[in-house]
Amino acid sequence: MSNVFMGMPTLPVFGDGNLHIEETFPTAAHRELGNTQMRANLRHATHTIRDKRLKVVAELPDWEELRDAGSATKNLVMANLPALLEEFEKNFTARGGIIHWARDAHEANSIVAGLIKEQNTTEVVKVKSMATQEIGLNEYLEEQGISAFETDLAELIVQLGHDKPSHILVPAIHKNRTEVRDIFLAEMPNVDPNLTDEPRLLAMAAREHLRRKFLSAKVAISGANFALADSGTLAVVESEGNGRMCLTLPETLITVMGIEKLLPGKEDLEVFMQLLPRSSTGERMNPYTSLWTGVTEGDGPQNVHLVLMDNGRTAALADKYGRTALNCIRCSACMNVCPVYERTGGHAYGSTYPGPIGAILTPLLTGITSEENSTLPYASSLCGACYDACPVKINIPEILVHLRGEDVDSKRGTKKLPSQMDLMMKGGSWAFSSGKHLGLLEKGLPLGKLAAGRDKKIKALPGIAAGWTQSRDIPAPPSQSFRDWWKKDHTPVAATNKQEK
Amino acid sequence: MKIALFATCIVDAMYPQTARATVKILERLGHEVIFPTGQACCGQMHINSGYMDEALPVVTNHVNAFESVAYDVAVAPSGSCVASVKHQHPVLAERCGDAALKARAEAVGAKTYELSQLLVDVLGITNAAEQLGSHFPHKVTYHPSCHGMRSLKLGDRQLDLLKSVGGIEVADLPEADQCCGFGGTFSLKNADVSSAMLDDKARNIESTGASLCAGGDASCLMHIGGGLSRTTSDTTTMHFAEILASTITEPVSVTGDILVGKAGVR
Ligand code: SF4
Repeated sequence: MSNVFMGMPTLPVFGDGNLHIEETFPTAAHRELGNTQMRANLRHATHTIRDKRLKVVAELPDWEELRDAGSATKNLVMANLPALLEEFEKNFTARGGIIHWARDAHEANSIVAGLIKEQNTTEVVKVKSMATQEIGLNEYLEEQGISAFETDLAELIVQLGHDKPSHILVPAIHKNRTEVRDIFLAEMPNVDPNLTDEPRLLAMAAREHLRRKFLSAKVAISGANFALADSGTLAVVESEGNGRMCLTLPETLITVMGIEKLLPGKEDLEVFMQLLPRSSTGERMNPYTSLWTGVTEGDGPQNVHLVLMDNGRTAALADKYGRTALNCIRCSACMNVCPVYERTGGHAYGSTYPGPIGAILTPLLTGITSEENSTLPYASSLCGACYDACPVKINIPEILVHLRGEDVDSKRGTKKLPSQMDLMMKGGSWAFSSGKHLGLLEKGLPLGKLAAGRDKKIKALPGIAAGWTQSRDIPAPPSQSFRDWWKKDHTPVAATNKQEK
Repeated sequence: MKIALFATCIVDAMYPQTARATVKILERLGHEVIFPTGQACCGQMHINSGYMDEALPVVTNHVNAFESVAYDVAVAPSGSCVASVKHQHPVLAERCGDAALKARAEAVGAKTYELSQLLVDVLGITNAAEQLGSHFPHKVTYHPSCHGMRSLKLGDRQLDLLKSVGGIEVADLPEADQCCGFGGTFSLKNADVSSAMLDDKARNIESTGASLCAGGDASCLMHIGGGLSRTTSDTTTMHFAEILASTITEPVSVTGDILVGKAGVR
């Protein structure tokens, strides 16, 4: 047993907000699979980014070493998180920033709303941020009478379309440009009614719309990609420059960030600024990288706040086998290579974090408590493409399997009747725990032939196995197992005329 | 060399011809093959489905079975089962708090090879036609299974061996490195997604015009073959060991039947 400090909660505090999914993955996936337009859009987009990533990664002879370095740094950060957070807090505060600690989504939301109200405003601009998606900040602010305008182009499309992001980097990945034009025409005030779906014109329309917001907003909200402990510096990495407008124009800047985003110091950026852009957009370098350290008098925001959010991260950190999921730098490379994500899209995962990382991070942050969230670790064929692509080498397949174990264990003894899967696994455990048992069962193989048709194929199976025969046949079993053949018919090589070699 | 065969549960029960082909290849090379009769399964179905308590006796049995006999190396005609033996067994033992089993599993894992690994890296086979007498006059395509490709880093070993078979024509498979969608109980728990992945794999295979798709994992081949069979395609699947075992005097037909020779019963 580990030592528990007096006064510390003994149970981990799990995350809430947009982490709890509302329907099981198979149910949501079934629906999303039927959306052929979405599937075509997604396939096109993920394959394009995938190919770009492979090309730019191949340019770096030391890519594997960079991955090792990134992974080692993140492991070090997780091992020393409390000390690094304190160091960061000291430096951030010394340079005029103000830190707020939030245990969960609700606390984070109310802190941000309170800060906005202090500025007597009802409109804020936002740079795309996963942390604020996670806590459902926009919806919360709306309830408080505050409008939050997304300024990232893709995020704007999603917001105007009353939709949810489908990807962490390309939130509107599931939309094509004709769909984007239709959204702009319907939802953007003062838009040119003759707008076509030419990308340049769409970008111009968005720019005009956003410029008005940038110039009037008093408060901006951002996330952060990295936080440097040794100087109290925050960093945002982006493509369009809209984020930089948010970070520099308004008087008040409120950043919401998960506590795992720390790096020890600016030297570490050297590694991550190579890993992140190449893995995420397939670019050698992203167009805009903004770093800010506290307040500079007469330049930029004069009120600089940071909400440091736990929301289940400490609980994930306590999971010995799962904690490396916190190393994630949200590059999205894993979802771009995932065959499951490619076909279901992000909405099927029901959480802020879709794809392979979502399938582990979401249940790690919330705990495998709900029936819905517990289906996420099964949303993978364990093909391993995500692990290969991950710039910080998170062994996603291994964590998926670990979480499946947690799920099965958490349900042990809670059910009145064992499920079909339970029975299958129990039976399999008996059969496979001895050569004798398996040999005995194999004596029944000829019986399997009876289940097959004249074409030696089994076309329909009952129960959970029905999922298999919905689209695949099973060959009729052979009349003799290998084991049996070996015992009866195999002539050892020594006894035959051994070929000279 | 004394080589212990791990036939794997699915090959033992459903595809004995794959294990027989493996034996045939190794014996043709003059090696002694033994079959540790205590063996049953690597336990990956249990592990990957999260049934760790149920997996433990299966893994323990595998370690016992391969510890109880003397051999130089062990081989299995399956990338995923070898990956499980090498990578999953020690992790499971640790998770179940059995440090001794972990060490024993690591020792067994270190001596276990996937078939193409053994042939290329240990036995120095680079030309199947010359060194094994392999002959298979058909057009085939090849699907590299995920665990072999990613966990074991087999690279092109299986494909290169296939290409060196006499009389063969190997057609490139589009999007070859994409998962076929099997994933063990994934194909039951997420049958819709699995089917969608299988559809694309089957379409790609059919686009090559090959009469069969070769691979190194019976479970993936069963999945792909089951899908091809449902789409009334004439294309089928076959383990690369059977293709390597096929010779001019004992040819294997594309449907997997050995036409001549004492192992002719299927
Ligand atoms: S898990 Fe790895 S690949 Fe996926 S988003 Fe995070 S860092 Fe990127």
